[in-house]
Amino acid sequence: MSVVAPPATGERRLTIAEALREAIAEEMRNDEKVFLIGEDIGIPGGFGGAFGVYLGLTEAFGHDRIIDTPISEKALTGAAIGAALMGMRPIADLQYADFLFECMDELVNQAAKMRYMSNGKLSVPMVMRCPVGTANRGAQHGQCPESYFVHVPGLKVVCVSDAYHAKGLLKSAVRDDDPVLFFEHKLLYGSKGREQAGGMDLTAHVPEEEYCFPIGKAVVKREGTSVTVVATHMSLYRALAAAEELTQDGIECEVIDPLTLLPFDEETIFASVMKTGRLVIAHEDTLTGGWGAELAARVAEECLFSLEAPIRRVASHDIPLPVAPVMEQTVVPSQARIKAAIQRCCEG
Amino acid sequence: MSSGIGDTDLGLNQITDDLDATHALDLYRRMQLIRRFEERVYLVYLQGELPGTLHQSQGQEAVAVGVCDVLRPTDWITSTHRPHGHALAKGVDVRAAMAELYGKATGCCGGKGGSMHLGDPSIGMLPAIAIVGGGNTVVTGLGLAFKLMRTDQVAVCFFGEGASNEGAFHEGLNFAAVQHLPIVFACENNLYGASTPFHQISLVPDVAARAAAYGVRGEIVDGMDVLAVREAADRAVAEARTGAGPVLLEFKTYRFAGHSRGDVRAYRSREEEAEWKERDPIVRLRERLSSTLDAGVLDGMDAQVEATIDNAIEFARQSPQPRAEDALIDAYATVIGRESAS
Repeated sequence: MSVVAPPATGERRLTIAEALREAIAEEMRNDEKVFLIGEDIGIPGGFGGAFGVYLGLTEAFGHDRIIDTPISEKALTGAAIGAALMGMRPIADLQYADFLFECMDELVNQAAKMRYMSNGKLSVPMVMRCPVGTANRGAQHGQCPESYFVHVPGLKVVCVSDAYHAKGLLKSAVRDDDPVLFFEHKLLYGSKGREQAGGMDLTAHVPEEEYCFPIGKAVVKREGTSVTVVATHMSLYRALAAAEELTQDGIECEVIDPLTLLPFDEETIFASVMKTGRLVIAHEDTLTGGWGAELAARVAEECLFSLEAPIRRVASHDIPLPVAPVMEQTVVPSQARIKAAIQRCCEG
Repeated sequence: MSSGIGDTDLGLNQITDDLDATHALDLYRRMQLIRRFEERVYLVYLQGELPGTLHQSQGQEAVAVGVCDVLRPTDWITSTHRPHGHALAKGVDVRAAMAELYGKATGCCGGKGGSMHLGDPSIGMLPAIAIVGGGNTVVTGLGLAFKLMRTDQVAVCFFGEGASNEGAFHEGLNFAAVQHLPIVFACENNLYGASTPFHQISLVPDVAARAAAYGVRGEIVDGMDVLAVREAADRAVAEARTGAGPVLLEFKTYRFAGHSRGDVRAYRSREEEAEWKERDPIVRLRERLSSTLDAGVLDGMDAQVEATIDNAIEFARQSPQPRAEDALIDAYATVIGRESAS
């Protein structure tokens, strides 16, 4: 079942950073087993995390529950895993998702496999927050590596793009009994990304009352009948902007934010594709072996005879990220590239 | 402490100041259990009864037994690709361990773990971590949880000297140190990482020396003497339990067998092997106990160990195969995996 996003207007509009902070604070209040661990997250006079998400939390919860680590991604990930195995619910912080490659063994060989190797006797209820996305930081601080982890049975992979779902999904992730990698786009935390997102308002209505949004459920951000567009993070906003422009051409896009990449909400996507007969996938992760390839394969397996045109993928080119803005914007999927792919898909 | 020797009264004979003959005999029994378990397992392996591969630890029994002897059931250990001794010493049921090697449903991991992932959470042992150095970071989380939950539990990380050249060793030790975590890092230095001698890959001959780099107490221990192991472990665990840890213990030891099946040990001399076999920890303890105990008691213990293993092998042979479809559960709390269509 698809879920239509909450209305764009609301009396309590938060940024993603604010929504994440609220989710963390609520879960820490609700469950004493929840704690934070990471680099530069609680140092007095420090940064409150690389993107300020933790500001104020140390004052509220103290250093016992906000643990600053050395610059040791293997250790902090191992510590989160081990604590989770003992029944704690750690939220681990990576300053940049690019650093995931420092702790691949811990995540892929340990976190993902402990439940299985123990024949279901152990759980690893941890969350790892991973900021992704280009922001003129170059090849080692701008990658979107989420697809690597979609390939790992035992992990769950979440990508959030708005404050409402960011909060609801982070709360679900903390309560989940399996390890969850939680990918957030750097340009979407506050208002910085507004320009690049086509001038769209990146805040969203977040209700006062507590809520969770389920892992494994996609959300239809915009209904349409001409073509299904599945996109995450910045590509989602660019797709939404392209969709508005394309109404002039008589193309009504149905834009879906999958929110969870593992497990993938096939039901919502398949239902939409069967309605529209066309599919475009857009992500900032690179093209080859990206999660869009997996989605395309599944749609081809299950919905081939509903398709009226070849599936189109828009992704970052298969190249490291440059810093120069004009080059960077060439690599990542622009609104123009997404729009062109939708048009091409609708020509057939 | 059950020695299983019925009404033989041994309790008044002290072997050391804090160890009586009954207790010492139990250490002997456990070491002999591990020794014979691995020797017998290797035979049935050669007969084609076991899937996979084997990493045996004959020669290293004193480390596993001496360390685990001072742990409580609520303490935890992490282990390595060579985990049989650790598992039996910490208390994994012999039959469940054997059945796991056979890949049977009654195995301690239901057949999903096998030799390299032996473990049982109910007795405080994670599935063994077969990536070199893998346990050195995960163990910090065990210690961190004990600290945050304000329990007085201790975690012991068994690892080899080879792991001390992994980044994980350094990150884990440093993090444990700055957090004052209740952890004992127990290095089994058996001189060879697979075929590579330690002196060839480290200019520092003692892993224990590396502890100083992180403000941690390091100690070299004769890993071929179970009483020395036990004594050092007792002190280290006590330090860790009271918040004065972590501690790094380096046990100088030797694996009598090859690294894994089919290793003909061409990288080391038979003379070196003979020298180390002179220090066989089981023979040494037996000699020490012989002055106190009647030989019949020790022989009786050997026979009892043999019967335990006979029983475990028979249990494993008779146990059912796991259900094939159970391969597809336990990756997640609830099944979410997508099966391949073909």
